[in-house]
Amino acid sequence: MRKHLALLAVFLLLPLALAWADQTFYISLASRILIYALAATSLNLVLGYGGMISFGHAAFVGTGAYVASILFVEGVTSAWIAWPAALAAAALAALLIGAVSLRTRGAYFIMITLAFAQMMFYLLNSMKMYGGDEGLTLPRRPDLGVDLGNEVAFYYVVLFFLALTLYLLYRLTNSRFGRVIVAIRENEQRAQALGFPVYRYRLACFVIAGAAGGLAGALLAAHGKYVSPNVLHWTQSGTLMIMVILGGVGRLWGGVLGAVALLGLEHLIADYPVGWLEALAPNYQQHADLAVGLVLLAVVLFAPHGIAGLFPGAKRARA
Amino acid sequence: MSWVLIAEQALNGLQFGLMLFLLAAGLTLVFGIMDMINLAHGSLYMLGAFIAASLVQATGSFVLGVLLAVPATALAGMVLETLLLRHLYQRDHLSQVLATFALILILNEAVRLIWGSDAPLPMPASLSGPVELLPGLFYPAYRLLIILVGLAVAIFLYLLISRTKVGMLVRAGASNREMALAMGVNIRLLFTLVFGVGAALCAVAGALLAPLLAVQVGMGENILILAFVVIVIGGIGSVRGALVGALVVGAVDTIGRAFLPIAFGAFLPPQVASAAGPAIASVAVYLLMAVVLFFRPQGLFPARG
Repeated sequence: MRKHLALLAVFLLLPLALAWADQTFYISLASRILIYALAATSLNLVLGYGGMISFGHAAFVGTGAYVASILFVEGVTSAWIAWPAALAAAALAALLIGAVSLRTRGAYFIMITLAFAQMMFYLLNSMKMYGGDEGLTLPRRPDLGVDLGNEVAFYYVVLFFLALTLYLLYRLTNSRFGRVIVAIRENEQRAQALGFPVYRYRLACFVIAGAAGGLAGALLAAHGKYVSPNVLHWTQSGTLMIMVILGGVGRLWGGVLGAVALLGLEHLIADYPVGWLEALAPNYQQHADLAVGLVLLAVVLFAPHGIAGLFPGAKRARA
Repeated sequence: MSWVLIAEQALNGLQFGLMLFLLAAGLTLVFGIMDMINLAHGSLYMLGAFIAASLVQATGSFVLGVLLAVPATALAGMVLETLLLRHLYQRDHLSQVLATFALILILNEAVRLIWGSDAPLPMPASLSGPVELLPGLFYPAYRLLIILVGLAVAIFLYLLISRTKVGMLVRAGASNREMALAMGVNIRLLFTLVFGVGAALCAVAGALLAPLLAVQVGMGENILILAFVVIVIGGIGSVRGALVGALVVGAVDTIGRAFLPIAFGAFLPPQVASAAGPAIASVAVYLLMAVVLFFRPQGLFPARG
């Protein structure tokens, strides 16, 4: 528990440190990373704890982002209405998609979740009244009672939701429900034989994760004041998966570590020129993906349990 | 709506389906035999197109350039398999997804470093005109060539897998890897060869489609997903399933794109119809896959069991 609080304290003090170092620009970037951390954490519930390899999680992030944004342009500017609506809509989408997808197993499940995300991607592309493929630009962030236009305030709102999600994930995975979910991951037939309604447990897990993904989507739209179908592109689902695998599958902090590592690495390479590297390969910063790819490969080959697996004591959830 | 338009679109569907088959055949073998999810398959398609663009320019001959690009891409695929992918066969699907996603990023940037963001690959001038197939039915000669090459490769692949010793070993490896190994089959060499063939097929598709689409970084990413749809509809590991799936997906996509706007135009305002048509056509492919999986969770032609 002490370790969790220490990590939380780091995030709490981050804006103060950035303000002290006169680097307030990075507060907005930090918010963005935390939003992705929230989305990746929600995927980790399905992927890591539930063992369901969903390749369409961006569908729920996108649902949340679009519902919140459409409500805003239609005149509902209060986040108190828009964000719960985004969460509920994403939960509904997850219920419908999960109900069909969870009938399949293995590689077929991977592909059918991807198929549903692709369907939504193309449908949103054709919704001309809400921007079509160009997306939807919002005039400002929604109203919450505090001024969300202030980057520090926005950061703490995002941090609140991330901390809440992590706390709920912690409680959930240590509850009876969480044990059953992990038991199903480890051995579906045995869980079935013990009398657990496997399909319903899985569906519930899928819906909870979808709802949290929708919340991340609403925050993402508010952060950028913009949403486009690219939020649902399959590479986004892929990126979220990469974050979870990179951080640690089925580990509480896996999604957060993965998001921080992946997005942090991208910005580190793009924003900070390294002298000797530049001498060796000029313009190397325009090819940041090359380095990101190499790091990901190194993680697969040398750290098979992700970043969280490198720390002693960070155990994977067990049934 | 005349019969000419219908015939034209049917041929376009066949042409697209055959090219999808070239991509899907390699993907389904790698997926079915080695139980390996290779997201970087689309990158080999991109690599093949770029290599072909360079070689066509260097040799000054379209045919020679494409013919040389195929073994070159196969070699690149086999090197990749030997150095990296071989170490992933025993890992879980998640590790494979992460590693091959990393490979997409690396290959995209490597191509950008070597060739830049795009490369020109013009259609050979002698094939740019139309051919009169039937009285009144004109069809672009180049697309006709793609159809013929696609059919030839499909027949070649069928004979290779069902009639030759290598094909028998491939089928043995697909149905039971350990048993084949115990019988003395050199599985590692076989896997490398299969990967090389898959890469070669990618190069054929990439080079042939290049004059119609465009040779650019990231060109493999969307078509990769369609190829996955094809092999899931057909049944993972089954080349026959990949052929049927590819033709069905090609037909649904092309016919949907061509006729749905017209059909919608009958009862919707033209602006809405022209926007909704292509979108619904794109969705139709995925809807088809969801329906197939709903009724046959193992695809149309399950390779095992």
